Amino acid sequence: MNNKSERIMAAVFFVCGITAIAAVFAICVYMISSGVPALAKIGVIDMLFGTKWAPTASEPGFGILYIILTSIVGTLLAIIIGVPIALLTAVFLAEIAPKGLSRVVKPAVELLAGIPSVVYGLLGILIIKPIMYRIETMIYAGDPSHQMTGGANLISAVFVLAVMILPTVVNVSETAIRAVPQHLRNSSYALGATKITTVFKVTIPAAKSGIITSIVLGVGRAIGEAMAITMVAGNVVNLPMPFNSVRFLTTGIVSEMSYSSGLHRQALFTIGLVLFVFIMVINIILNTTLKKAGEDE
Amino acid sequence: MKKTISAVITGALIAGALASCSGSAQPKTVTMNGSTSMQKLVEAACEVFNQENPGITASAQFTGSGAGIEAVSAGTADIGNASRALKQEEKDKGLVENIVAIDGIAVIANSNCTIDNLTKEQLTQIYDGTIADWSGVGAQAGQIVVIGRESGSGTRDAFEEMLDIADKCKYAQELDSTGAVLTTVASTPNAIGYVSLDVLNDSVVTLKVDGYEPTAQNITAGKYALQRPFVMATKGEISEQSEAVQTWFEFLKSDKGKEIAESVGLIPVE
Repeated sequence: MNNKSERIMAAVFFVCGITAIAAVFAICVYMISSGVPALAKIGVIDMLFGTKWAPTASEPGFGILYIILTSIVGTLLAIIIGVPIALLTAVFLAEIAPKGLSRVVKPAVELLAGIPSVVYGLLGILIIKPIMYRIETMIYAGDPSHQMTGGANLISAVFVLAVMILPTVVNVSETAIRAVPQHLRNSSYALGATKITTVFKVTIPAAKSGIITSIVLGVGRAIGEAMAITMVAGNVVNLPMPFNSVRFLTTGIVSEMSYSSGLHRQALFTIGLVLFVFIMVINIILNTTLKKAGEDE
Repeated sequence: MKKTISAVITGALIAGALASCSGSAQPKTVTMNGSTSMQKLVEAACEVFNQENPGITASAQFTGSGAGIEAVSAGTADIGNASRALKQEEKDKGLVENIVAIDGIAVIANSNCTIDNLTKEQLTQIYDGTIADWSGVGAQAGQIVVIGRESGSGTRDAFEEMLDIADKCKYAQELDSTGAVLTTVASTPNAIGYVSLDVLNDSVVTLKVDGYEPTAQNITAGKYALQRPFVMATKGEISEQSEAVQTWFEFLKSDKGKEIAESVGLIPVE
């Protein structure tokens, strides 16, 4: 009897384990099978390195180079802005803040993670866009070569993304910092180091692998985000310059999927495939090389 | 007892068989093919029509105006849907242009806009980037923020087609819904945009085109420039079509049909 229930439960666990793998496998197969046909029809070079995106024109162009660049540049900038803030917040919560204060700040940060992305987009529209528009009109007043974007540009999107990755990076980094054994800090203090020196020279290096994981998760969140930035990025295919209206890989799919058909739709799936490959590559690179470097030290 | 039941059942079966024989020999159909812009109208109309006429099934494919015209002239569909007037060569092939509704597009500007009228020419130049500042059209100076819809959108196709600037537009923002265009224009000074007629409200300034407001009267009278007919082309006059197709057109011309057209933001025709 006992033996039987053991076996049944083992089967249940097995099925559950398989479900996740099956989902990943199915998505891989689906993405490749629906993304490759357009790539073959349009040509790999024409599509990935073309700069003209005009899918419904009489002479259609399916170049997504600017879209790819925007996703890379946008994510990179969001990480550059967001990670230092998030990391220092994590240090503050784990090392410096008095218990009472961290009891207030921590739930606030966790709440950020629970806010739906569309709300971030709304805040972007209500707060960031008007400010960006004002700055834009100051910089480009009377410059006919610049097309006014009304504040929907790369910088707005980057700010929204930077805020959105905060909770992910803060929470995971904080856990990593808290997990650093107390005796390392004590040794540092015993050598006469101050608290701040200890944080930067001992605690953060010791928590490196956890912090890198948090950055990887942050990159994943930033590059995969669509809803919030579709509301503030302007969605025109342009070179990713600060005050240009830009389109990300994700927003490219979201904004055109509903009415697309034929090759246009297939090309959107290819954008999805590119995004998918990107996320895979980023995960693999960061997980293997950086993490290994973190563990070696 | 059992006998009565079986008798009743047999009777019912026979009655049923007779009824199906005496009724329509085969289900009647109305098949349509064509414009994707007309999808909303056609789907809404099909739904109500099929409910009200149980013997007839109306169904449609949405492949584009050109493909629809081809289908009806080849006889693979009863009706070819086109979101434009028929060309002379198409009429020469015996196709009849039955306009079922008119689609209009309104041009809107932020409430800081100091003018209330644009010519078609000016509108074209604003959207293709020739005019980049409001002073270029006689309004208070300020660089224009040109807002439009994403490629694939029916409103964008219609707008660019009406102004004959397909694929030449230089947008500052491409938004993926009518509501987004409306709110963005409302909240962005110096912005201009276009939306379908049914969503207009006081948060934005609705511009006249060539001096005419986008009202139902101006559109049906053909004075307002940004409009296009929704055509359901048939091969030969409606009276030459099958009974089912005639019922379909009667339905579209009825009050209920007009109500449906209005509900999807179109202007019904008399």
